[in-house]
Amino acid sequence: MEILGLYNYWVFGALLMIGFFALIARQNLVKKLLGLSIFQSAVFLLYISLAKVEGGTAPIILDPTAAEIFSNPLPQVLILTAIVVGISTTALGLAIVVRIREAYDTIEDDEIRRLDRRS
Amino acid sequence: MIVVFSLFLLSLLVVTAIAIVRSENLFSAVMLSGIFSLLMALNFFILDAADVALTEAAVGAGVSTVLLLGALALTPTEERRRKRERKVAATLVTVTMIFLAISYASFDQPRIGDPDAPVHRHVAPWYLEQTPELIDIPNVVTAVLGSFRGYDTLGEVYVVLTAGIGVLFLLSAGRPGLLPHRREPRIESSLKSHLIPHVVGRVLIPFIVLFGLYVQFHGEYGPGGGFQAGAIIAAGIILFALLEGEGAALKVLPPRVLVGLAIGGALLYLLVGVACMLLGGNFLDYSVLAADPVTGQQIGIILIELGVGLAVTGTLLSIFHAFAAREQ
Amino acid sequence: MSLEAHIPALPVIVPLLAAPIAAYLRPRHLAWAAATLASIASFAIAVLLALATRDGSIHRYAMGGWPAPFGIELAIDSLGALVLLIITGASTLAIIAGRETIERDIEPHRQPLFYAAWLMVVAGLAGIAITGDAFNVFVFMEISSLATYVVIAAGSDRQALTAVFKYLIMGTIGATFYLIGVGFVYMMTGTLNFADMQARLADIPYVAPVHLAAAFIIVGLALKAAVFPLHAWLPNAYAHAPHAVTAFIAACSTKVTILVLLRFDFVVFMGNIAEHATQFALFVMPLALLGILFGSGVAIFETNVKRLLGYSSIAQLGYILLGASFVDRAGLLASVLHIFNHALAKGALFLAIVALGHHLTRFEIRDLHGIGRRMPWTLGAFSIAALSLVGVPGTAGFISKWYLIVAAFGQGSLGLVLVGVIVASSLMAVVYLWRILEPAWFAAADPVAAGAADDKRVGEAPVGVLAVVLLAAALNVWFGLVPAFPLELAGHAADELLRHVP
Repeated sequence: MEILGLYNYWVFGALLMIGFFALIARQNLVKKLLGLSIFQSAVFLLYISLAKVEGGTAPIILDPTAAEIFSNPLPQVLILTAIVVGISTTALGLAIVVRIREAYDTIEDDEIRRLDRRS
Repeated sequence: MIVVFSLFLLSLLVVTAIAIVRSENLFSAVMLSGIFSLLMALNFFILDAADVALTEAAVGAGVSTVLLLGALALTPTEERRRKRERKVAATLVTVTMIFLAISYASFDQPRIGDPDAPVHRHVAPWYLEQTPELIDIPNVVTAVLGSFRGYDTLGEVYVVLTAGIGVLFLLSAGRPGLLPHRREPRIESSLKSHLIPHVVGRVLIPFIVLFGLYVQFHGEYGPGGGFQAGAIIAAGIILFALLEGEGAALKVLPPRVLVGLAIGGALLYLLVGVACMLLGGNFLDYSVLAADPVTGQQIGIILIELGVGLAVTGTLLSIFHAFAAREQ
Repeated sequence: MSLEAHIPALPVIVPLLAAPIAAYLRPRHLAWAAATLASIASFAIAVLLALATRDGSIHRYAMGGWPAPFGIELAIDSLGALVLLIITGASTLAIIAGRETIERDIEPHRQPLFYAAWLMVVAGLAGIAITGDAFNVFVFMEISSLATYVVIAAGSDRQALTAVFKYLIMGTIGATFYLIGVGFVYMMTGTLNFADMQARLADIPYVAPVHLAAAFIIVGLALKAAVFPLHAWLPNAYAHAPHAVTAFIAACSTKVTILVLLRFDFVVFMGNIAEHATQFALFVMPLALLGILFGSGVAIFETNVKRLLGYSSIAQLGYILLGASFVDRAGLLASVLHIFNHALAKGALFLAIVALGHHLTRFEIRDLHGIGRRMPWTLGAFSIAALSLVGVPGTAGFISKWYLIVAAFGQGSLGLVLVGVIVASSLMAVVYLWRILEPAWFAAADPVAAGAADDKRVGEAPVGVLAVVLLAAALNVWFGLVPAFPLELAGHAADELLRHVP
């Protein structure tokens, strides 16, 4: 049971590294961006896991006098921000990919590099 | 039982992530990443983060998927196969090492859900205790987001606005004349010709927008707020554009109005902050907005959430239209 | 509250207010004017703040009126004020000098968006420099990064796009690593405020997560700051961005990241991880030395002038880190002073490129052949800035190199090696700059060079542009002769950083 309390951290690590692998080893630019969003999602999971309190509930205090346990609101706020940052990065990245495709007629990184070397 | 279920969901995340990386067809990779986001949202929900779950579902599974599809309409949809992949072995070694380092450090970390973890001891209890007194709204996440860390949220709105400005800037450039523009199959038209999605979709749209408005104005009481509402309303209008065609959607909300919404929303947020300065408080100190500080806080939060909602709706729709317009 | 109390918040509010307005302003000249005015106003505020921190005081501002650590606190010390001065100064000079070339290279309907993105860069970088909150750094880092990607992608050739995509990927990895590091520190302390983190980290019984946090933060920020060997995004980003953008970001953007690196490491980690000063030195010093030698070495063989100067920036970042790696007052002072002086030299060099860009379309070294005869004033300014980059006495670059060498001698027996590297690298700088300047002054124009000035339009850049370029060169001389002001700020910055080291 004790060990299971760490499972989230391992999933965070695994997702982070799967995303990182796609970023480095995949040549397709859209694939790189998908990898990037897995990479960022891993961090969301890390923060939200921190916020969990055993036996708690979402931090919405309907009755201030009741003795309830709430999960931690702060990491949730931070991750709301981070999710929005993530989609913004993806959107901008996609726009660049579209322009690259128009300029090079390919979105494979190794082919683009070959074309750049030739010019 | 819930433990087993959450372990299963977490494992499913890893499996889906691997499937995304391995899939050679980009369409299926995009669909898988939509599923990934939904799974992530479920995990967030199990971890008691209702606001984040709602946002991840609306942004990750909804808006992000649509944007990816919009971009795929302009790019090849198959990843090119190679005889020998470069860098794979070296990258695998690196990521395994980092993973092991993270796992090693995890044994010194507090267990998930441990109420005595340092995270739950310092700043967080203060928010939970003080929110009913200082701001008097039930949703503590909204209180922290809108007021205690309102400056971060202002920054966040500007991140979205920057991305919107960037996409518009990039995609309004003249097209290079050298390359013949190959037409990829369009996604928009494919939906239009199918009767059932068309009928169901038309019925759904008003409810989606209504739900978005509810999420916007109910953010103080339940999960929700400007970001979620903006993403949901944008998703509803994008659905309308997919069903009725670009032109119909643009007739309702022309591009210049959308950019105006985005900019107006961001400025509304900023000007609320400036108004606080003029009324004698610090930047974004809403207490001075009304005679009673608690009322002032509530007015401030409602106003800035409105700014957030406008900015997010305007920006996301502008981005969507910029991709769609590039196709024509 | 009087206006004066709000001054710490203004460096961010002013550009954030002007950016959306600039995006909506038509005609485009109004957008430029709005951006320029906002930039000048921010510079004026930065000067006020720099003067206010001359006595070593820290100016705090509670955002939303909530006290730290519950709310977000701005904390402007000498280091922040100095970097703020660089950001706003570089932005102002580059935007004034760049107007004509931007007008020429970017379609009219896109210019308001471009200027809005420019102001976002200013706001984002300024926000990083003045905040006292670790997560707030991330938010403003993202504003500045996304906006930087946009302004670089405005470059007129297609390689700007690939360069910016690479930058986007590496920049996001860097920012995400930083976020992970902050997450681990938050996990162990429950707070996000730098000062509060430092206080609470002292009681932590476990070290592995804190070590991991330090590793993620240092690597992430090094990636964003283009520290060798994580510099791969920088040369092409500098080379293919519009000239005015290169002049702006080359002067300040990596330095802001170095500021976060120094602040995080010295304030939060130095006092709380055993032997961290040694770890930091052992990690940073070799990278700094390799970066110095690598950057200068590659620059010697590079043929594109803008990319050459980019590699030289990698070497110069090495000097900045080398000073910091000593973890003593002399080293940090030299390091902070070099942040300022390198911004002056590199900014002036790239501003001269903006002026040359009025007549040249390409920047291979042979395209510059004989340009000295046609644009003597511009090339004169370029040459003065080059002297400053090398570190010739009488220029700003000399002052910081002198302090760095003195600090290196304080490192005992290792000192001689360090000084040797610094001197060798300066000689290499002489070589690569001479490769540009010698033919530019003395050779005849290369008739085959595609980008060479066409003879009918030969002449100096417009007076306004030339004035800015000459001003930038003059500043290199001024701060070489009268370095009291940056020295004072750098001294306080070093003291403030060292206050947290046991």
